[in-house]
Order: sequence, then structure tokens, then C-alpha cells
Amino acid sequence: MSGPLTIFDRPRDYIGQPVPRADTKRLLQGRGTFIDDIQLPRMLHAAFVRSSVAHGVITGIDVAEARALPGVVAVYTGADIAPHVEPYVGVLSHLAGLRSAPQMPLAVGVTRWIGEPLAMIVAQSRAVAEDAAALVTVEIDPLEAVTDMETALDPATPVIHAEMDSNLAWERTVDVGDVDAAFARDDVTVVERRFRFGRHTGVTLETRGAVAAYDPSEDELTFWYSGQAPHMMQFIFAKHLGLPEENVRVVSQDVGGSFGIKIHTYGDEVATALAAKLLGRPVKFVADRMESFLSDIHARDHVVDGRIAVDAEGRVAALAFDDITGIGPFSMYPRTSAIEANQVLNLTGAPYVIGNYRAHAKVVFQNKNMMCQYRAVGHPIAMAVADCLLEDAAHEIGMDVVEIRRRNLIPDDAYPTQSASGMKLDDLSHHKSLETLVETMDYDARRAEHAKLREDGIYRGLGLISMVEVTNPSPMFYGIGGAPIASQDGATIRLDAGGGVHVSSSVTEQGQGTNAILAQIAADVFGVPIARVKVTTGDTRTTPYGGGTWASRGAGIGGEACLQAAQALKEQVLEVAAVILQSAPGKLDIRAGAVVDAEGGAERMTLSDLARTVYYRGNELPADLKPELVATRHYRVTDFPFVFTNCAMAAEVEVDPETGFVQVLNFWAVEDCGRVINPVLVDEQVRGGVVQGIGGALYEECIYDAEGQLQNATMADYLVPMAFEMPDIVVKHVETPTKTSVLGAKGAGEAGTGGAPGAVMNAVNDALRPLGAEIHQMPMTPERILRALGKV
Amino acid sequence: MKAADFAYEKPGNLADALALLADPDRDASPLAGGQSLVPMMNFRMAMPDLLVDLGALDELRGIAPGAAGGLTIGAMTRYADLEASELVATHAPLIAMALPHIAHAAIRYRGTIGGSVALADPAAEMPALMLAMDAEIEAQSSQGSRRIRAAEFFTGIYDTALAPGELVTAIHITAAPEGRRFAFYELARRHGDYAMAGVAVAATGTNRADPRIAFFSVSDRPVRAIRAEAALQAGDAEDAMAALDEIDFAGDLNADARTKRHLAGVVLKRALGRL
Repeated sequence: MSGPLTIFDRPRDYIGQPVPRADTKRLLQGRGTFIDDIQLPRMLHAAFVRSSVAHGVITGIDVAEARALPGVVAVYTGADIAPHVEPYVGVLSHLAGLRSAPQMPLAVGVTRWIGEPLAMIVAQSRAVAEDAAALVTVEIDPLEAVTDMETALDPATPVIHAEMDSNLAWERTVDVGDVDAAFARDDVTVVERRFRFGRHTGVTLETRGAVAAYDPSEDELTFWYSGQAPHMMQFIFAKHLGLPEENVRVVSQDVGGSFGIKIHTYGDEVATALAAKLLGRPVKFVADRMESFLSDIHARDHVVDGRIAVDAEGRVAALAFDDITGIGPFSMYPRTSAIEANQVLNLTGAPYVIGNYRAHAKVVFQNKNMMCQYRAVGHPIAMAVADCLLEDAAHEIGMDVVEIRRRNLIPDDAYPTQSASGMKLDDLSHHKSLETLVETMDYDARRAEHAKLREDGIYRGLGLISMVEVTNPSPMFYGIGGAPIASQDGATIRLDAGGGVHVSSSVTEQGQGTNAILAQIAADVFGVPIARVKVTTGDTRTTPYGGGTWASRGAGIGGEACLQAAQALKEQVLEVAAVILQSAPGKLDIRAGAVVDAEGGAERMTLSDLARTVYYRGNELPADLKPELVATRHYRVTDFPFVFTNCAMAAEVEVDPETGFVQVLNFWAVEDCGRVINPVLVDEQVRGGVVQGIGGALYEECIYDAEGQLQNATMADYLVPMAFEMPDIVVKHVETPTKTSVLGAKGAGEAGTGGAPGAVMNAVNDALRPLGAEIHQMPMTPERILRALGKV
Repeated sequence: MKAADFAYEKPGNLADALALLADPDRDASPLAGGQSLVPMMNFRMAMPDLLVDLGALDELRGIAPGAAGGLTIGAMTRYADLEASELVATHAPLIAMALPHIAHAAIRYRGTIGGSVALADPAAEMPALMLAMDAEIEAQSSQGSRRIRAAEFFTGIYDTALAPGELVTAIHITAAPEGRRFAFYELARRHGDYAMAGVAVAATGTNRADPRIAFFSVSDRPVRAIRAEAALQAGDAEDAMAALDEIDFAGDLNADARTKRHLAGVVLKRALGRL
């Protein structure tokens, strides 16, 4: 980009390099501070009585025996807690028509899903709290449970919220061009498919948890939590527990994975904060694994009827679909449970030139655990629907699946442009990424090999996906709708007396390496060895105000704020140095921790000398020089609602037609996340994302029975993808920096999860096609594949 | 997910352990490797009053040649010890074949053969291996000791012929006749998971005489396929696969009864291919 010289006009030591993470050793030595590591004086422990009935009227909760158990300090029911909490409703004004009902931390009057907290025990230990929980008797008059989302809107189905006329939470249609006319053309081939995407969840290594402490002398709540968005939670606790916002401090220290699971308002966590306030003692709650399965948000659970029309040249004439998704009994607060469906409407087909597009989604309530934003929100559905229809259509007209993409992907020189649904797109590289993918995976040779193997009864398949990923969101995502969710982030950088630098940032570290890339940026831009940079994130009291971790924005937004703050600090320091050295700022530079001559690089003084002069011996400075060795900058995306990235991926699978087993043999991903700050971290983000995507495609499913009981709430029965079954994942990069920032980084966190399911589904269908079978339901379990094959 | 309160004893010898287990006033549960019992206690699906830790009973550990050939394996012998044992590889090759499929290394360092046999999980490998090898399970109580043939031992889901107070102390595997062959095959969705269906097969010679076919994870207990054995004895592998309807297939989350039936045929075919 033109304009002033930046860090990218000079040699760099760290940005773009596979710099090891500073926290690796600490974490591997077990010196991390996760929620369960926190021990406070006088701390109590919480356990919850959760509903075992999906829908019913609570007629009585007897807590007398529990209360009498030695070691129990308090027992609360929904009614006990209600006077102390302002109810919350998960709606956003820009999602027109979205409705939900007021929620309380513990159910009051009616319970609406199995796992909903009904009563809270606070005791000397978690074991005693669980003993007491077992002594609580809950009487529930069961109501008919609404579990099947496809019949949730039928007139005969009971309505979950009495104040509503149906179980519809939200509905939206996007209609562009003349879809009906395009499907009616006599020169197009139409392919129709019904897709089913199972419910699954994030399964974080560290389960949700919190320690809350309340100081009545100051009316202050401190809430340590394993989570993504401290400032959002600060607002929520202040508003709903009736505290001044500045009296709430939210701290996220080490977090063992989040994936979007830990960015919502959970009743058990609100109740934990309230109990600390009511008791004046610290209270710890750490969800056990079964509670996690029952109460961590679930995701996906869509049925999509999709169809595509392509002409004889393979050009897409029209794409249309109807989506229905069940979200549980409430829309999650404050991000709402309509975003995933909205993403499906916005993103399906977005990589392609599509003139005629109709998308319709219904979001319905049901008596199951709540659904909300999990990694790659909506993307797995959007990408699989478009690319599976496209590949099936290619086979229908006898065209290669790469060729049909070449004919429909938005040209790399067409930007800026917009998608069929109106999304503004810029700086994408679908064609370059696809060609890199084809070359990397040796596409033609693999096709030939598969044809040969088929003669021996070996059924292998290739499946591709061309996708976009929403990253670096602007206020158009949440803020515009009234949510306390910042899309901007800030960084403060301070030069300390010893010559070291401290970065404080409002983006947060969930294990993905945010702190590491902030240090890389600060070190390069300011000019110090990376070992001299310390980073603090995840504390509302000590970091600038910002949004935290969501929508793959840590590098793109938090990184840019850090870059700008480092640049500002550098200018401030050079101003001081110029006075001390009787030079001019433009003739000096900062390199490797020292002020040097810009020309020639001769060292003039170390940063430590400069800082000590400023901090200790101000008498040596002119009276009118007022040095500031700290700088803060905030950054938000202004030109676009989102900064999209693109990715081309392919899966190679082998299907065993006798057993229905699928083995993913190879996986390739060509990702364009703009400027790569740390290739190791980006590659592992992509790989981890792909693994979660393969999980959704083949393994993971929250299996409910007709009564709304979750059948597989253990790590033995809920199948997360394991290393043994995973393929090698080859990651390549195309770098098209976004013009929206100096740093040029887009997000890289979710493409794998968003694209891998569709690629795997295409590959499985490629393998099954010669056997006359097809499958469009995830996860593609052995039993479902055997059914598709007519074997069972 | 914390266990309900329980008392804990770690007796130093078998007699003391049996005495504790015999106490009619206490719901005592023996603790072997704890790989199933401890999770069940944490889920509060098992709530014993007393846990009798067998960890100090060295007399229950070890792999020794049996009196009339074969092997005697102490009940507290861990999977990892079985994996490392040349005696097992030689005299009980079915166990050696199955071990890599049983859970993961960390679990195999704690899980014991006696614990698995006594638990009688219908999805576990070890009970079916006992059937296929025609093993005898030695049980002791404060009243004395007896040997129970595997065919009589497994009586239902998590149910065995053990009487209250009886403890599995050893597994006796008879010497295999010359030319005895073994094969094992299972289908698990992820390596180390309980299988969707699995089978252990033993037969003698190239004509597969005296076959024993034992399935796991297809029904409420490990099951022998008697008619399939007869078909195989008659020399017809195809008939053997077709004869599986005698089994009372029971579905689970991963496969309904119909799918179990189909997969049982597949694993049998593949096992016979390896025999």
C-alpha cells in the first residue's frame, strides 16, 4: 500500500517468523493458572442440581436435607435468586424480529431443558456440595417436550413460552435476482439435496469454570473465569447483579481452549458470582465433564433443503435453500442464537459469482440445551451446502469438480465486489488458492490412482471446498444491535526503566497464541529483542477496553492496535532521544533495544539509559520536554462490515463399503489469511480447525432421545476426533494482506472448522458414487453410510 | 463428579481381603485397576460403602505356566504386563492380538485382566477371549475356592456367576492342542474405543476343526456362535456367517441391532480370513 513507510518497508526479525511461544515452557511445566488452580482464603465450592426433565412445571424443591448436611453453607433455588438478578433476554435489534424469553440463572417455575440449573449448593468442598445436591428433591409435573425441530412449528406442537404464539424465534429470507426463472430455464441441470447437520459442541480441554470474590467494603466483585470476553462479562455482571460497572473486575488467566463455548452468559456462572456477593466469601465453580456436555452451548443442528441450477458450461444459474435450526428453549445472551442461521444466509455460495440466490432460515425453540456460536459459526453449514451441491452438480453434468470451481469462483482481480447475499468482499484469492491446492495435492495423479484402485474394490474419494471465512468484524456484527460487545480493541505499550517493554492488550489468550503474536509485533515495530517484551491480557482492570477473543480477530484487530501503539511509542521515544542526543527524530531509529543512527546503525544510547534518564534524572532534561514513555492505540475496522479470508481445502478418504467406516487419508488446506505473523501458530490453527471440522463430519454428535435426554454426555460416548484417526494435514499459504490495516492480517482461526466438513462430505460421496450411494448427513457414521449403501 | 463417601481398606493378604469382602453388613467392592469402577463411582452409578484395594496382593499378580500346560494368570495382572509377556504371546496369542485394541496405553498400565473379567462388560474384549479360549475363572471367597468355566461365568450385562463375597483371583487357560490357530478382529470407531462389533476365533488346523467363535459388543454379554461353529466345522465359512441369527443382537448408540448383525458377519469373515 502507498503512504508512509511502515515496519513492512524494512527488515523484520519476528513478524512472519515461526517464533516459539513464550508461554509454552510455563504451561508444559504445569505452572499455568487455570480456574481450578486458584485457591483463595475462605473459598467455598458450588455444585448444581440440574433438571432431569426436558420440559415441566416445577411444583416443589425440597432443600431441607441438603441444607442440614454438615459442610453446606448455602442452598439457593431459582426463587431464592430471582430477587437479586435482573433477567436477561438474548435478542439484538439488528436481527429484526428475533425474540426470546427472559432468563434467570436458575429455573423459576418451569424447567425447559435437561441440564438446566434448578438449585445451587455452596459448601466447604465440591464433594460435599455434590453430596448435598443428591439430597435435594425436585418435583416436576412433566409437560410435553419439544425435541424435534422439524415439527416445532406444527400447530399440534406445544409452545415452549406461554407468552408466544409459536416456537419460532426468528426467520429471515434473502432473495436476490430471479431465482424461479433461473430454475425454470430449460438449459440448466437442477440438483436438489437435503442436508442434515448434527448437533455437536466444543469440548474444551479445560471445562467452564469461575472463581468469584466479593468485597462488601468496596462493593466490588472480582470474577476469574475461563473465558474469552472479560469486558463483555464485566458489563453483564454489573447490569444483572446491580453493581457499578467499574466495581466489577473480570480476569481471564490461562484458558484451556474456548472455541466460542466460553463467550456466553451461563446461569451457573451468574449464580456463582451472586453467591459470592450474598455470602461475602469466594465461591468456585468448575463444571465437570457431564455438566459441560449438558450445559456448554451446542452448535449446528440444521436441516437444509438446498438446490442448485447449473448450465451446460457449469455456470451456476441459481442457488436456493431453506434452513431450519433448533436452538434450545432460549436465545443465548447476549450474542443470541440467531447468528449462526444468519451466517448461513449470508455466507452460502459467497466464494462464487451467483446472480440468483434465495435463502430462507427458520430458527425454532426446542427443549434441548441451548445452541449458540461455536468456532466457525454457520460456516460448516454454508460451505458444505454450496460446495456439496456444486460438486454433485458437476458430476451430474460430467464436469470435473476443479473445473466447475474455476468457472464459478469470483475472479481474483474482481475485488472489491460483493457476494450474492450482499457481503462486501475484498483482497481474496480463490483462484490462486485453488490452483495452489491442485498442485500441492497432485490432483490429477490422485484421480488416476483412485480409478485404478476402484478396480481392486478400494473406494477412495476426493472432495474439495472453496470457502470464505468471516474475520476482523466491525461494529456491524454485534455492537450495532445493542450488544455490549466491542469490535475494537486496544493496546498500551510502556517502556520500563530497565529497557523492557510491557504490552497490555484487550484481546485475550485462549491457548491460540495471541500473547505470542502481540510480542512479535511489539518487538519488531518498537525495536527490541522479543525476550524484552512482556504481555498482559485478560483483565478488565489493567488492559484497555475491548472485545476479547471471537470471530478470528485477535491478530487482525488486536495485532493492528499493538502495531499502532508500538509505532506511537517509538515516535515518542525518538523525540526524547533526539533531545538527549542533540539529534533529530528522523535521523534516529530503535533497533535491538538501543537508539541508533538511522543511517549506518551506530548505537547512540540504550533504551535503558534513555528510560532511566527520563524516570530518575528528569533534571537532565529541558523543562519543556514532557516525555511519555507509554502509548495507547485502539483499532477498529471501518471500511467493511467484516474482513473475509478465503481458503481452498481438499480431503482424501477411503470408504470401506462393508463396514461403512471412513478413513481420512490426507487433507490439504491452502489458506489466505493475509499477513502471516507466525506461520507455526497459523498452521496449527488451521490444523486444529480441520480436526474439529473432521469431528463434525465423522464423529461428533450430541445424541438426544425423543424425551430430550442427552444420551452421550461422557467422553467415552461423545466421540471427539483423536490423533490416531487424523490424517496428516498439509497447510500452504497465499498471502493477500487486507488493505484495511497496516499489519494486513486477517483471521486464521476458523477456516479449518468451517471448510473441512464439506470437503470430507464431498470426498465420501466421491468414494460412494460408484457404489450408487450418497450421504448428506453429518456426522457420516458407519451406520449411516451402511444405510446409504442399503446394507442395513 | 465426585464419588459418594466410602471407606477404604488396602489389605496386605488375600485372606484379609476376602474377609472384608465377606462382611454382610457392608456393600464392599474390590478395587483392581479402577479403570471402570472409579469412573462409575464418580458418576455415582456405583456407590460402595467400602473399597477393598487389591493393589497390595502380590499373590494375585503374575503369569505362570499352568500345571498341565497352558497358563495361569493372576487376576491383578495388568494389561501392560500381559502385553510384555512372551508366555502370553506363545500360549494365549488371542490375548496378545486383542491387547493393542483395548483402550489406550495409560489405561493398560492400570487395567487388570481380573477386573475386566469380573466386570463382564459386554462390549469388552477380555470376556469374549475367555469364551474363545475356553478359559476357567478361579474365584475365591472366605468359604474357599472354585473354578468356573467361561461359558458359565458370563450371565448378562455386567453380570456373572460370582457369588457375593467371591473374588476373581486367577484365569486358567488350558494348553492349546498342536495346530490350534487364533484370530481376532474388531471394528471400533476410534482406536481404543469399545468396538461396534468384535470377534475372537479359535480353530485347529487348516480345516478349522473344533472352532470356537466368541463375539463381543453385539449382545448383552459375550456370546459364542454355536451354529456358526457347527457350520465352520462342516467346512462352510459362508454358512457360518449366515448362521449368526442365533445371537440376540442388542443395539447401542453407534449401531442398532440390525447393524450389529451386519457387522458381526463382517468381523467374522475378516477374522476367518486371518485364521
